[in-house]
This record gives sequence, C-alpha cells and structure tokens, in this order.
Amino acid sequence: MPEIESHDFDVVVIGAGGAGLRAAIEAKGRGLRTALVCKSLLGKAHTVMAEGGAAAALGNVYPEDNWQVHFRDTMRGGKLLNNWRMAELHAKEAPDRINELESWGALFDRTPDGRILQRDFGGHRYARLAHVGDRTGLEMIRTLQQRAVAMDIDVFMECKILRLLTDGSGQMSGAVGYWRATGEPVSFTARAIVLATGGIGRSWKYTTNSWESTGDGDAMAFWAGADLIDMEAVQFHPTGMVWPMSVRGLLVTEGVRGDGGVLRNSEGKRFMFDYIPEMFAAETADTEAEADRWYDDHANNRRPPELLPRDEVARSINAEVKAGRGSPHGGVFLDIATRRSAEYIHRRLPSMYHQFKELAGVDITTEAMEVGPTCHYMMGGVRVEADTAATTVAGLFAAGEVAAGLHGANRLGGNSLSDLIVFGRRAGMGASDYAEGRSGDPSVDPAEIDTVLAEAFAPLGREGADSPYDVQHDLQETMQSLVGIIRTESELVEAIDKIGELRERAGRVSVKGGRAYNPGWNLATDLPSMLTVSLAVAKGALDRRESRGGHTRDDYPKPDPALGKINLVQRLVDGEHTITPEELPTMPAELAVLLEEGH
Amino acid sequence: MSEVTMRIWRGDPTGGDFENYTLPANEGEVVLDMVHRIQAGPAPDLACRWNCKAGKCGSCSAEINGMPRLMCMTRMDELPADQPVTVAPMRTFPVIRDLVTDVSFNFEVAKRIPSFAPRPREADGTYRMAQMDVDRGQEFRKCIECFLCQDVCHVIRDHEENKAHYAGPRFLMRAMELESHPLDTRDRRELLRKELGLAMCNITKCCTEVCPEHIKITDNGIIPLKERVVDAAYDPIAWLGRKILRRSRPPVLETETAASPA
Ligand SMILES: Cc1cc2nc3c(=O)[nH]c(=O)nc-3n(C[C@H](O)[C@H](O)[C@H](O)COP(=O)(O)OP(=O)(O)OC[C@H]3O[C@@H](n4cnc5c(N)ncnc54)[C@H](O)[C@@H]3O)c2cc1C
Ligand code: SF4
Ligand code: SF4
Ligand code: FES
Repeated sequence: MPEIESHDFDVVVIGAGGAGLRAAIEAKGRGLRTALVCKSLLGKAHTVMAEGGAAAALGNVYPEDNWQVHFRDTMRGGKLLNNWRMAELHAKEAPDRINELESWGALFDRTPDGRILQRDFGGHRYARLAHVGDRTGLEMIRTLQQRAVAMDIDVFMECKILRLLTDGSGQMSGAVGYWRATGEPVSFTARAIVLATGGIGRSWKYTTNSWESTGDGDAMAFWAGADLIDMEAVQFHPTGMVWPMSVRGLLVTEGVRGDGGVLRNSEGKRFMFDYIPEMFAAETADTEAEADRWYDDHANNRRPPELLPRDEVARSINAEVKAGRGSPHGGVFLDIATRRSAEYIHRRLPSMYHQFKELAGVDITTEAMEVGPTCHYMMGGVRVEADTAATTVAGLFAAGEVAAGLHGANRLGGNSLSDLIVFGRRAGMGASDYAEGRSGDPSVDPAEIDTVLAEAFAPLGREGADSPYDVQHDLQETMQSLVGIIRTESELVEAIDKIGELRERAGRVSVKGGRAYNPGWNLATDLPSMLTVSLAVAKGALDRRESRGGHTRDDYPKPDPALGKINLVQRLVDGEHTITPEELPTMPAELAVLLEEGH
Repeated sequence: MSEVTMRIWRGDPTGGDFENYTLPANEGEVVLDMVHRIQAGPAPDLACRWNCKAGKCGSCSAEINGMPRLMCMTRMDELPADQPVTVAPMRTFPVIRDLVTDVSFNFEVAKRIPSFAPRPREADGTYRMAQMDVDRGQEFRKCIECFLCQDVCHVIRDHEENKAHYAGPRFLMRAMELESHPLDTRDRRELLRKELGLAMCNITKCCTEVCPEHIKITDNGIIPLKERVVDAAYDPIAWLGRKILRRSRPPVLETETAASPA
C-alpha cells in the first residue's frame, strides 16, 4: 500500500468525551506532545448528553456529606463488585475536580450563599450532584473543550481509530484509522495511549446511546491483549421514553425523580413501595407520607423508593409491565405534573420539558410521562489499575465509561461525570509518566497497518446481499431480546450462537459508494467491535450464575456471595477468547467498616 | 398507510442535485428518522451527521424546506404533508458530502477568542457567585454549537470574503458570555472591534430566530456587547467600573437586588 499519512506524539488520547478531554489536558499540561482523536466533531461526544449532574461530596447542601459516605453509597450501589481503590479515589477527588471545572469557566447552579448547588439522585444519601439545570454534560464538555482549545491541543476530529498497534517488546506503540471526511487512512505512533471511547449501548435496540457507542475501545483493547472485566454488567436505565417509537429509549433524567417525580402504574399506584429490597429497607421510606417529607427534610425521613439504585427501579418497572399494569405504550407513568408547580418544572428540568413537548407532544407540567427501561451504561470494560488507569497492556491506559471497576455491578447516577474527570486526569498522569519513562522509541509495523486497512476497506468493493445496516439491526434485535434486562441460560446460549452467525455475515457485508463520508461503510467498520463486545457481554452473562446489580438472571434470581467476590476476566489467549474468574482485590479494614449500617 | 417524499441534496464539492426518496410515513417521526430509514434502505451512503437525536449535541443541522433547523427536532407532522420535504446542507459552509458540511471555520474562530481567566478564589477556597449573576452566562452556555445561527447570518452566508473578519453570532455571543462571567478578568474589547467584526452585525436578528436553544443571541448577547465595546472606547473608566463592580459584589443574599451590571 502507498505511504499513508502518519503522525508522531508522546500521548495519543482516543475519545473526546469528558474522560478523553480531561486526560489530554493533563498530558498537554505536562508539556507532552498530545493528540486527541474522536469519531465525531469536537464537543459532540456522548458526554454532551448527560443531564442530571456530577456527584461529588462537596457538602454544600448537606454539610454532613463527606467522601466516606460517597464511597459507601458507590460501593453499596455497585453491590460490592467495585474496585474499592477506584471508589475511594473517586469519592476523595471528585470535589477537587468539580471545583477545577469552575476555575475553567463552568457555571454551575448556585446555593443561596453562592456556592455550587447539589441535587438528589438515586442511591446517594445526600444531595450530591453538582449540576446546571438538566444539561450538566453540555457544561462539562464545553468547559473542557474550551480548556483544550486554550491549551492548543492537536485535535483529530471525525477520525475513526480501527486498531491499536504494539511493537516487538509488547508495548503499546500506535494506532491506525481513517478520516471519515475522505476515507483516507491515518496512523499514529505514540509513547503511550489513553482509551476514552465511551460506551457500548448501540448494540441494543432501545438505548440512550448514540451511534458512536459501539464499544470500539473495549474491542481494540481486547484485540491488543488487554483484560476486560465485568462485561455482563450493563445498566438499563429505568426511565427511557417509550413513545413515539422513533424516540423509544431516549433518556428521561433521574433528576425528574430526584426533584419529586414519582412512578405510578395503570392503577395510579406508587408501586415502588412494593419492591423495596432487603439491602435498602433500612434507608427507604415505607409510606408515601414519609417519602414526601424527605424532599425537604433528609435528616428525619428516609428516601422515597423511587430513588432506589437504578437496577432495582428498572426491574420493578419491568415486573409491573409484565403483570399487565403498564401504560398504553408498554411503560409506566412518571408523574411530576401533579407534584410540582409548572414554574418549578420549567426551572429545574427545562430540557426534559422541551424534549417531551417537541418529540412526544406531551406537556410534562400537566401530564404524566410514559417511561420504561432502556440500555444506558456499561459498568464493565477494560480492566485498569486504580491509581494510574493502566490497563494490562504496557503503555495503554483507559478512563471513563470504557474502563471498568469503579461502578461494580451497578452505577449510581452522577457517578459517571465525576468518574470522567477523576480518572481522565489520572489516565493523563499515568500515560504521561509512562511516555516520559518509556524504554525505546515506539515503532509500528507497516505490514500490520496494511492488513488492518485492507480488512476495513474490503466491504467497499465486495459483491453481496447483506448491508451493514441489516447486520446491525439483527444484532440489536438479538441483544435486546436475549441479553436484555432479565437474562436466562437458554437465551444466552442462543445469543452466543446468533452472534457467531452475525460475525460471519459481518465478514461478508458489502457497501455501496466510495470512502468519502460514507456512513454505511463507517458502520461496516464499527461492526467488528460491536460484535466482539456483544459476545463478551453474553459470555459474561452466561457465566455469572447469580443476579447482581445490572445483571439479572431469571434462573439465578439471588446474589451468590461466592460470586460476589470475583471478577469475570475475559482476554484473548493465543487468539482464543477466554473467560476466567479472578478474586476481587481485598478491601482494607478501615474502608470495609464504612460499608456497614449506620455509616 | 400514507407516504412521504423526501427531497434530499446529494453531492460533493464538485456539484450535486436533489434526489427523491418515497417512504411510508410513521407516527411521531422526525426528519432525522427519515434520513436513517433512507440509509438503512435505498441509500446506505447518504451522508449526515447526528449523535444525540434529542436536540442536545447540535450535530444534525440542515436546511429543511429552506429553514435552518435540527433534523432530530423537526417533526414530520409539522411540515406540509402534500409536498416533498426538502433537506439541504447548510449553505454557509463548504459541502463535504450530501448533508455534511465543513464547519471548521467555527473551530478556527473559537481559537481566536482569548480564553477564560478567573480572579482568585475566596479565602475559603470557593468561588461565590449568586444564581442571579450566573443566569446570563448560563443562557449563553446552553449553546449546542449547531452553527445554525452562523449559517443564517447574512454577513457570512453569501460572503466568503467576510469570514476572515467576522466571528459570527455564535462567537460574538461567546465573547459576551465571557464578558459577563462573574469571575472573568480579561479584556477582549479591542479584539472584538478590530478583528472579530462586532460592528458588521446590523442586528437583523435572523440568528435568534433559528436558534434551537431559543437563546436571545441578539438582544441579550450582541446588543449589550456592542454597548459595552462602544462605551469602553469612549469611557474606559465606566467599563472598568462595571467589571470591578460585578466582581466585587459580595455573595448575594436572596433579598438583595444589586444593580444589574448592564
Ligand atoms: C442521555 C444520557 C444522560 C446521562 N446523564 C448522566 C448524568 O447526569 N450523570 C452522569 O454521571 N452520567 C450520565 N450519563 C453517563 C455519561 O454521560 C457517560 O457515561 C459519559 O459521558 C461517558 O464519557 P466518556 O468520556 O467515557 O465517553 P464519551 O463521552 O462517550 O466519548 C467517547 C469518545 O470516544 C470517541 N470514540 C469512540 N470510538 C472511537 C474510535 N474508534 N476512534 C476515535 N474515537 C472514538 C467518540 O468520538 C467520543 O469522542 C448519561 C448518559 C446518557 C446517554
Ligand atoms: S443579528 Fe447580527 S449576527 Fe445575527 S444574523 Fe443578523 S447580522 Fe448576523
Ligand atoms: S447560539 Fe443557538 S443557533 Fe447558534 S450555535 Fe448556539 S445553539 Fe446553535
Ligand atoms: S442529533 Fe444531536 S442535535 Fe440532532
């Protein structure tokens, strides 16, 4: 193949959401030659869609809040499958990172005494989410983007990375991809690489995720030999829109419930009171009166069951619909109209108002919304070392949704945005340290690059009946129906078979048109990662024979204490996809006591 | 079931034309759904940008029946049903392919605006700002960078030559956002006057009309900015006074109705 465009950097960050931006800012701040690569335009990454807020124990609204309580909430929400060290660092560092955003220009909503206001969210004991109305992700990404621009970081927009490249020593050395505008290839050599590619939700039919969330980072890390953990831990958000069909799956922020909204079934009943699990019984209100008092007085009342962790609420909604008590379009009702004034709703939830008004013709200040579970967030992913964000491949780092560990089996709302800035920064530091101390200059193998590109370009010339859209469609149907919110052995086995067939079909898809800005071809190059990651999710789900957090098995409805102590680790060994149980890191006693009741 | 015809511009920098696609109509769909269905069917290579499908990312800008709009927030049932729906790329920016344009102009302008430079923190390590004081900035920070306002602004729409001297509404507003930020200390007035073309805006308000975030770009952004820059030129003390007044205001109590800075 002829010479291709190539670039040399100290640190290449793949992904320009909150995590990637924060990592690049750190590396650039260290004076390293830093590149930031993303599939979309700068500022459009998934982070922009985050609504409710970023969790940090600032203690501005409840002075009794502190990192210990945040740590506890995160671990309990994650059903203790979390990497304790990540949860500790996250709880300790989130407040500094939020304050840092403010010093970079972010304008958060304020308390009456002028500090950053915090809102209530599920699973958080205190009002903890720093926010800007319901567009917190936009504020975060714009602040970081403007900071990156001010620092003159090299940005490669609409550039899709296909594969990571290691050198003879096994160190991460570069990456290869193409420009979407022209379809021309581009390669990078790098002393260290940070993956910040976000989520995997695009493989489900009903999802809050954008076209970008195809799990490229998880797949590329896996192909490069890195470990993936907890791949079965997929979060279904309890409240997605269910109607009209064209917006089915679109997120309805948990902020609606945090601000007073309640869930009702077709009989008008607040059914969440029937689904309070043992683990949270002591801290959850059991009468409507107590739940309603809680909004104004957290100290003397327990929280409403609508604000249980997401896995609990999603399962409960699912059960109500199954029992025939759903709404006309197969969801349940989320009602804030009868509970808060129109003025309050407009101020607190402006984009939800807008979204329902314009897309569903529903006025949320006078009518209830119809909502149901939707695929939302990937807790599992690339295994990282807590302090440095290093993966198990030398020179490769990962942060944000693509990395695993912090959230365990279930993520609390608001803990992702804070994750991005805490571990984005740490990944930037880890990668910078590695780049500075690296032995030997990175080199990439041109023959390997040629092979990767040849494979990527193959669908363009090929004759064949299958379009990449058909394969994507069938994958989404498969994952939705067989690897969805409630799972069972026979269906998972069937899913694994089907994914195998889809992989064969994906190898034969043909695409019309040329390379220049061709979405059909772009999708064809996303399919290998979607399929690899889907397979890993199904395999993990099959092997975890228990229910824990986001992973629910019909045939094993209870958590299994023995399985609660292991991660399922997936890796390629001599070309073979393996899955092995490995012990979780042990938590020091002084942290373990924080998890007990009363703390 | 009824049908709709989508008349979509297909082409590249060398030229192109509208092509018709006729599809069944479904309840509740938006223009972007039609584009997606065309991609999944007859034209998998039809180029368009999108991410959020909820009016939050500003990727899917286009000209729908001649109006600059977001494809994901334009419902089919609000467009006339008896005629084809025309979708064309934004005209102000060079076409890459089909509905995708080269918006790099905007990213270049963004680099020319000197960044935020905050004053020091309070003694307790916080920044105190009253909600009332951040409201104005928050309005501007709702901007999703769809660049529809840039597209519609006549100063650059058919005047490629003006792009070198004119920031366009999105970035004049960005300057006002920084200017009104309670913590910012930097002076961007000379730049606005001499290089970013503030005077070239003649307040037609077309930008405000197309903004999907309903930001009052002209009334709340550009006009106050013009006033500040003009009176700064004549009365530097007044400008400075205003910045200092704003910055030194104590953490406002609910009851206080401090004089508005503008
Ligand atoms: C609707 C919605 C609302 C949410 N609300 C909240 C909330 O209120 N609070 C909260 O804490 N969390 C929330 N979340 C979750 C949170 O927003 C995401 O988990 C988080 O933004 C992910 O950030 P990230 O930096 O890891 O990746 P992303 O923001 O997803 O960015 C991924 C980046 O990687 C790039 N990329 C991917 N693959 C490639 C490739 N092959 N080559 C080059 N570039 C690539 C993409 O272009 C993109 O720039 C929400 C999520 C959604 C969908
Ligand atoms: S008001 Fe000014 S910026 Fe807005 S469209 Fe008119 S000339 Fe352009
Ligand atoms: S100001 Fe409005 S129209 Fe202009 S880019 Fe921002 S959101 Fe779009
Ligand atoms: S797709 Fe995000 S604004 Fe339309």
